[in-house]
Amino acid sequence: MERLAVLRTAPPSAIFGMVMVTLYILVAFFAPLIAPFGESEIVGGAYEPWGEEFLLGTDTVGRDMFTRLIYGARNTIGVAFVTTFLAFIVGGIAGLLAAAMGGIADQLLSRLVDVLMAIPSLIFKLLLLTIFGTSIVNMVLIIALIDSTRVFRLTRSVAMDIVVMDYIEAARLRGEKLPRLIFREILPNATAPLLAEFGLRFCFVFLAISALSFLGLGIQPPTADWGSMVRENAALISFGDITPLLPAAAIGVLTVSVNFIVDWMLHRSSGLKD
Amino acid sequence: MSSLWALIGKRIALGILTLFLVSVIIFGSIELLPGDIASAILGQAATPETLAAFREELGLEQPAVQRYFAWLFDILQGDLGRSLANGKEISEIIANRLGNTVFLALFAAAIAIPLAVTLGMIAALFRNSIFDRMINVSALSAVSFPEFFLAYVLILVLAQSGLFPSLSRIDPGMPFIDRLHATFLPAMTLTLVITAHMMRMTRAAIVNLLASPYIEMAYLKGIPAWRVIFQHALPNALSPIINVIAINLAYLITGVVVVEVVFVYPGLGQLMVDSVSKRDVTVVQSVSLLFAAVYVLLNLTADVLSTLVNPRLRRKR
Repeated sequence: MERLAVLRTAPPSAIFGMVMVTLYILVAFFAPLIAPFGESEIVGGAYEPWGEEFLLGTDTVGRDMFTRLIYGARNTIGVAFVTTFLAFIVGGIAGLLAAAMGGIADQLLSRLVDVLMAIPSLIFKLLLLTIFGTSIVNMVLIIALIDSTRVFRLTRSVAMDIVVMDYIEAARLRGEKLPRLIFREILPNATAPLLAEFGLRFCFVFLAISALSFLGLGIQPPTADWGSMVRENAALISFGDITPLLPAAAIGVLTVSVNFIVDWMLHRSSGLKD
Repeated sequence: MSSLWALIGKRIALGILTLFLVSVIIFGSIELLPGDIASAILGQAATPETLAAFREELGLEQPAVQRYFAWLFDILQGDLGRSLANGKEISEIIANRLGNTVFLALFAAAIAIPLAVTLGMIAALFRNSIFDRMINVSALSAVSFPEFFLAYVLILVLAQSGLFPSLSRIDPGMPFIDRLHATFLPAMTLTLVITAHMMRMTRAAIVNLLASPYIEMAYLKGIPAWRVIFQHALPNALSPIINVIAINLAYLITGVVVVEVVFVYPGLGQLMVDSVSKRDVTVVQSVSLLFAAVYVLLNLTADVLSTLVNPRLRRKR
């Protein structure tokens, strides 16, 4: 009950964010039920206008735009979520280890991350994609690896503040082993900032995947994806048709919504009044 | 004074070390390839003889360390090697495009920097006003919407009416004004993206500064507001603002890739994307190194400049 009461204190922006995110998740889960056609089914001529049969018209090869927009939610959000999750497993565990172990392990990991972060992330991603080839699995692994350096930085600095506390010292003196120390003592106190970072990191990953797909190097058609949908149908824009902008707007609205929620969470946990 | 120069010297040394390590990573990541480049490029159809010939052409039979230094010294002499896709000299392919990308980035920066710093300062001075809120909202949207969304909206609004071309075609001999006209939309997209970031960060830096005790002290002493801002706050605000500018110029580097593709602008970003899909490893390697070097040097310059303008470090102890 107490948790629900907290929700009532949420500002309108955070409520908007939560409603929108719920909506996106529902659409992603129930895509086959909502969508009128199949994901890559060719149902009509190319570039049919908006109307009764095709709510938002059709794309360059005659697939229903509305259907692809719905399936795009599933594919794009799903891939971004998995990627963010992987980045957190790698970066989070490395960050916690670095903070808990200190000394040489911390120095080595931190300097390695410094150097990796000295290369602009999109450029690094493009370089690795060239080397390993463009495929969804490669893209997920590459983005997860590069973004895990950012997760590492944050996790380490959050954990560093916790590691110096007395109760950690007491746990060490009790002879607690490293895994228990990390997962039972440090992690519970780091969840709030890490959860907020998960939201923000999801946004960055989501935008990175959309950008790569837009560049034709990420998720490829016929799989429906918001970034590549914009690219495929971009020609329509020069005729004043806004349909290709809809997937791009869908990307933006989701990121804004997540940002609203994260802002509220950070505001609550920091107690800042700016 | 000498401690200041020692500080700067240390920072420059660190910058050079970073550049060196970055070049090692960019070279080394190609070594990560399962098998080697030769087999990756030629694919499964390659016979052992063609593979061996190709390996020899690439110099793959030498140890990695030796190849790395050969590669590094060639680059330092301006020889970037040849493209794997068409065998042309990479330095020739890049030369023109580098100029184009720099032109676009400078165009965007020339508008964005003065605009963003001014607006950010105004927002900080009139905190929580409507103007301030508008800046926050626009910054959030700029961070959240993909660059290509902004680019297409601009095309929809400004290119539809025929005011500006939606394809930025430029020729080497084009007059300056025509160039500005042709690159107006991509430059505007980049400007909008980085202005929002920069405004918000400038605002944060100044708000932080105005909250510090010595500013309150100055007010309490009865110094007029304009003197507090210009004599007390501004000298200390310079170094965070320089950092904000550097971060956002570095951001331009990646923003440029997507924007160039949208507007079919013949720059380095477009070249890089084309080469990634062709798996032209050597071209991608060179362009990555170039982008990364600019990024490292920008950060280095910002740190050196902000050390130099920091009044607390400049004063003799």
